[in-house]
Amino acid sequence: MLEQKIIIFVSFGYMGLLFAIAFFGDKRAEKGKSIISNPYIYALSLAVYCTAWTFYGSVGAASRSGATGFLSIYLGPTLMMILGWPVLRKIICISKINRITSIADFIASRYGKSATIAGAVTIIAVLGIIPYMSVQIKAISTSFQLISQYPAVHMSETVTNLSAIKNTAFFVAILLALFAVVFGTRHLEATERHEGLVAAIAFESIIKLFAIISVGLFITYRLYSGFGDLFSQASLVPRIKQLFVMDVNASTFTGWYNALFLAMMAIFLLPRQFQVIVVENVDENYLKKAVWLFPMYLLAINFFVIPIAFGGMLHFFKQCFSDPVCRQALPQTFDGILKFKDGIVDADYFALTLLMAKKQQGLALFAFLGGMSAATGMVIVETIALSTMVCNELVMPVLLRLPFLKLELKSDLSRLLLIIRRISILLIVLLGYLYFHYVVEYYSLVSIGMISFAAVAQFSPAVIGGIFWKGATRKGALGGLLAGFVIWVYTLVLPSLAQAGFLSRDLLTHGPFGIELLNPVHLFDLDVQNLGFNQYTHAVFWSISVNIALFIGISLFSRQNAMERKQGTLFVDVFKYSEESVKSSFWKATASVVDLRMLLERFLGKNRTNDALGLYAREHHINWEKELIADAGLVSYAEKLLAGAIGSASALVMVRSVVDEEPPGMDEIMHILDETQQMIIYSRELEKATKDLEAANERLKELDRLKNEFISTVTHELRTPLTSVRALAEIVNNTPDLEPEKHRQFMGIIIKESERLSRLINDVLDFQKIESGQVQWQKARLDFKGVIEDSIFSTGQLIKEKNIALTFDIPKKPGFVSGDRDRLIQVMVNLISNAVKFCDPDNGKITVGMQVEIKDNKNSYLKIWVKDNGIGIGKDDQEIVFNEFHQVISGAKGRPAGTGIGLTITKHIIDFHEGRIWVESELDKGATFFFTLPLVE
Amino acid sequence: MKKKILIVDDEPNIVVPLEFLMKKNNYDVKTAETGEKALDLIAAWKPDLILLDIMLPGMDGYEVCQKIRQEKEFNNTRIVFLSAMARSIDIAKGMGLAADDYITKPFATDYVVSKIKELLAET
Repeated sequence: MLEQKIIIFVSFGYMGLLFAIAFFGDKRAEKGKSIISNPYIYALSLAVYCTAWTFYGSVGAASRSGATGFLSIYLGPTLMMILGWPVLRKIICISKINRITSIADFIASRYGKSATIAGAVTIIAVLGIIPYMSVQIKAISTSFQLISQYPAVHMSETVTNLSAIKNTAFFVAILLALFAVVFGTRHLEATERHEGLVAAIAFESIIKLFAIISVGLFITYRLYSGFGDLFSQASLVPRIKQLFVMDVNASTFTGWYNALFLAMMAIFLLPRQFQVIVVENVDENYLKKAVWLFPMYLLAINFFVIPIAFGGMLHFFKQCFSDPVCRQALPQTFDGILKFKDGIVDADYFALTLLMAKKQQGLALFAFLGGMSAATGMVIVETIALSTMVCNELVMPVLLRLPFLKLELKSDLSRLLLIIRRISILLIVLLGYLYFHYVVEYYSLVSIGMISFAAVAQFSPAVIGGIFWKGATRKGALGGLLAGFVIWVYTLVLPSLAQAGFLSRDLLTHGPFGIELLNPVHLFDLDVQNLGFNQYTHAVFWSISVNIALFIGISLFSRQNAMERKQGTLFVDVFKYSEESVKSSFWKATASVVDLRMLLERFLGKNRTNDALGLYAREHHINWEKELIADAGLVSYAEKLLAGAIGSASALVMVRSVVDEEPPGMDEIMHILDETQQMIIYSRELEKATKDLEAANERLKELDRLKNEFISTVTHELRTPLTSVRALAEIVNNTPDLEPEKHRQFMGIIIKESERLSRLINDVLDFQKIESGQVQWQKARLDFKGVIEDSIFSTGQLIKEKNIALTFDIPKKPGFVSGDRDRLIQVMVNLISNAVKFCDPDNGKITVGMQVEIKDNKNSYLKIWVKDNGIGIGKDDQEIVFNEFHQVISGAKGRPAGTGIGLTITKHIIDFHEGRIWVESELDKGATFFFTLPLVE
Repeated sequence: MKKKILIVDDEPNIVVPLEFLMKKNNYDVKTAETGEKALDLIAAWKPDLILLDIMLPGMDGYEVCQKIRQEKEFNNTRIVFLSAMARSIDIAKGMGLAADDYITKPFATDYVVSKIKELLAET
């Protein structure tokens, strides 16, 4: 009797050891003395590929169908390492340059850092891996149940025992999850590399290898006297003997190739494999050694699979034949289950049960530990890889886009990242448990694992196509992935759920709703029998074919945006660009160093940010004290650092948030042109800008024309007095005998015309001054009656000369306004002069009026008017008399009203005083100019 | 017999020196400040030469010129535009109406007098 206490103690002791190794590994890494930086550790860490599936399941598979049953799963990776290493090298190289954190990040990054792709890959990976996770839970809990009933090997199939396994499985799942949480997220800093973890995984690889070799050696050399003895004894049993010969038929071939293909893809596409091969890779050159070391390991771990299987069968078949119940139930071709009267023996666990049957307590415990190391290694690395994906590609992108969370204001997000990762780990393991609880008992370890392999194989077109074909587009990759995934669900998951009783089993025989064509196990009536397709081959055939077809088809017919094109080139031509790409970046922008540092600190924590920036400063000889602006190189360095923590899609979003608006580079412009919507907006804006320009141009032309007219008018007006002055001056000069009276008259005219000239010049200058806003206004409270008196004083002479009758309509009360006295006098003089000019030449009459109009407190004003009895102004001209440069040809035809600037100046002055000016007139009935000014107390 | 000259201009301060000059040079002078008055005087008085401003209230100088040239009777009447409109387009328009000369303001008095003498000598 092996006490459960001891088993649990040993298990926990083992886990404690793993912690110690991981702790040690991390400590050494911090000191810069990495213990994992050698190709042997790297190769050993790749062996996380060998899980409980290998440790237990291979033996079961070998028992059922000999070497063909399990070997392809290990030949696939071997082929991939030996023949496919250029692919692996390229992926590693790309990932190092772009700080890729996961397979989802890799694919998303290739297709323009697409968050959609990242999310899709993550979902496919999580759902695809769940069956695989459940395999580990099943293996650990079953082996635990077995070893704790030592030395009894028969598992009773009673309900109580089954539920006992399920209970055990639940606790195993919880423990595994907690273990993975504690193990994978010990650091506050969320980084992409885990040195201690890799060290522990390498150690686990050694343990499981030793365990299985020990079991193999014991069986071969203790129970039998070597391979010869074991094999010759085995050949005597017909059911074993038939396993020696390969039964070659269509099914063997297709099954083999299918498994080979799936395993070739799984070795680098499984999230945990991508993690250890690519993300945790310290040095690309390690791959060269791993290329042969890892296949050696696979060979070694599989070396004793057949001896263990044969030993198990020899022993238990013998027992079975002496048990009438068992003998009765044993089919001609062994299906892996021996049904004894007191329970069953599952070939999957021969490595354990045979040792137990032979009363090898210590060795059995070691074998149990080996199985556990295989399972825990897988669970830990897989959950870390998956949780990173879930956190970076699913949760964070969503959280970062939820405005109400205000994540951008949080100073330290690294703790949040860890919490999300921990919850994801728990959930993933829990899902694995649920799948085990409800589905897995109907399947062997290997067949469940195949479902997962088929899921991750869906990544292969996007990954391999993406690194060799620049033309692969985001839409193509997404289309292929989604279609492959849907078919995977339909042809593998649905049948397994139907098998478990969640769906009607009719689905598998007659198709959904009786539609035979859509039968998930032979879609579109594919002749599975003839092709030798089993359920897995069938599913892989359809999902991968459609995946590839859509990937290529959509890629050919869709366009890449600028980011995709750049990433595509970076990925495909990685060896060509690897040097430059470190320097060059998508960013044409700069950001403030402070912003960038804060951003990094939020996700990486203070210490790591300091270290990283310190490193950058040393390499680029930068002093952070003096450096305020981060150039494109630093921005892209920061983006890659961040990508290491939260994935490239989220990193892009975050960096964009602190980067100053980039002046559009060629890429950006291409981007704009690519987006149809953008293009429409762009062309609309262009159209509008053109229209604006045209309008501005028209306005300029009009102004130009008016200016020319103005100049010509002004010069004309100047010429008239000048003519008079010059002619008279010449006469005076050339006529020495000029009568004194004529002399006096001519001189008087010369003086008057000279004054007219100066007035005109002053007007033009005044106008220019007001137009350009250079006037100094001197506002004061004043009685407008004073202004009228002063202006009459100035124009009195003019009025008298023309014999004009001047009348007033002014109240006794004063009208106070706030204004510039001189300017207001100018207004009155202008209006009165105008009136004088256009008055009836023989019987001129001018009235100057003023009136206080009180509407309410706020709306009281003073109204002033100047009325003449001249030729008047036509209705059409009443508006434009105030416009600059406009002249009014008064009457039907005739001379213009002066330079046209007097009234314009007047209007400007009134406008400045917040008043209003207008004219009321009828042709030949005189004109009245009105203006208002706000009253003040 | 004295040659008759009609001065048509609405600016009295330009008419004054012109009138003085013409009288001094022994011409018979009359003045008109609008086109309409000018046409009446031409029909009645039949001047030999007209000094014609263009910018006049009412009918402008061009129109006056046109009207005179329409009458065969005044074929030999000399017409000289005296205008402040100095653009070539204005001059061309004036000469196109079969005026004998176009002098821009401000003018040199000697030039105006010699031009008038020259034109009247031809008849």
